[in-house]
Amino acid sequence: MNESGALLDILRANLLSPIPLAFALGVAARLLKSEFSLPRDIYAGLGIYLLFALGLKGGVELGNAPLAAIVVPALVTLGLGVIRPLTSYGVLRSVGRMGVADSAGIAAHYGSVSAVTFIAALAFTDGVGLPAEGFMPTLLAILEVPGIAVALMIGAVKLGGDRPTGEVLHEVLTGRTLVLLGGGLLVGALSDPGAWEQVKPFYDGAIFKGALVLFLLEMGVVAGERLADLKETGAFLLVFGVVMAIAHGLLGAAVGTWAGLSPGGATVLASMAASASYIAAPPAVRMTIPEANPTLSLTAALAITFPFNIVAGIPLYLAFATWLAG
Amino acid sequence: MDLHELFLVTLVVEPVLEDHVTRDLLELGATGFTVMEARGRGTRGIRTGDIPGHNVRIETVVAKSVAERILTRVQEKWFEQYAVIAWAHPVKVVRGDKYVAGETQGEAEADEE
Repeated sequence: MNESGALLDILRANLLSPIPLAFALGVAARLLKSEFSLPRDIYAGLGIYLLFALGLKGGVELGNAPLAAIVVPALVTLGLGVIRPLTSYGVLRSVGRMGVADSAGIAAHYGSVSAVTFIAALAFTDGVGLPAEGFMPTLLAILEVPGIAVALMIGAVKLGGDRPTGEVLHEVLTGRTLVLLGGGLLVGALSDPGAWEQVKPFYDGAIFKGALVLFLLEMGVVAGERLADLKETGAFLLVFGVVMAIAHGLLGAAVGTWAGLSPGGATVLASMAASASYIAAPPAVRMTIPEANPTLSLTAALAITFPFNIVAGIPLYLAFATWLAG
Repeated sequence: MDLHELFLVTLVVEPVLEDHVTRDLLELGATGFTVMEARGRGTRGIRTGDIPGHNVRIETVVAKSVAERILTRVQEKWFEQYAVIAWAHPVKVVRGDKYVAGETQGEAEADEE
């Protein structure tokens, strides 16, 4: 079979799986003006469950992994965290001709990471028989903060004024993603293997995957709500949301492979790099760069980049990572 | 029953501001506040803040001078960049001293007369 045939097969395998299908159902429900949406507290609860489960599983694997295997991927991830907001900012300013505030605001979103995209990539690589390294959640925790920090610094330096950047970074560091993920990593790494086995069925396996599908259904509703805003954000941001994802994704796959990750691991790192935050970044940007229009960054992250990665991006990065390893 | 005339200050703000605004209230002399979730429509559109989460309605009962300080602060610090509306109206409360911190105590007593 030739390579494009393989890519098409991967794409089809991805499209005909519950995660993108449930997401599409959520979008369709919103477009049809259905009254359906997941109750807010259940949505929040599922998010907490997914993040904590991810941290725990990653922590258990971290306890088993040799430190040497993680150091290079961790440094590479940190590098991605610093580079991504800079490339995003540069493209938005020079190609998009957007203002400093909007560029820095969007760059903070594209410098951070979407945990759901990460989890979807883990599920996808598992599904095609190329599971990623167990320590990947550690890399997610490393990638969450630096991008936001760099972009907020750009805003503080370029726009001047009295900005509560330090205070807001504290809020990001103590936000639910890092507490649940970082805390879960710690709990998982410290847990006695026998004790972990007792709770493992709840956090790993069918329940986790089922919860993810339900979460994606509501993500579809949330993204669907944003689609109407695409008219306001314009064609440039639509192209930016896709092209930036692909560029960061291919870069992530390349440096991940170079750092010694398996094709599955490089794909997951690529998907992280390609994703944009819509949970940690928005309030941080709102408080420190209030001149930035939140509609632009949220619509780009949620209605363009997230669906693109779920539907086509992740399979594309896998094909690239497999080819690199080939 | 003794009724004391004080001011009810009401602020409806986007969700990210909740902690910052309530900190300001206490700093300016409020002794407490109540926060409620709020929905509605304003000049900045239906989703005023645009970031997921509900707007909040913050209420506090304070002496007149504190009410003025709060409204001045809100005007200077938040009006330009954020979705915020603010108003104050006189209210009659029982146990008036409950709402008044030390430095404005004398004023509340004067108001009672």
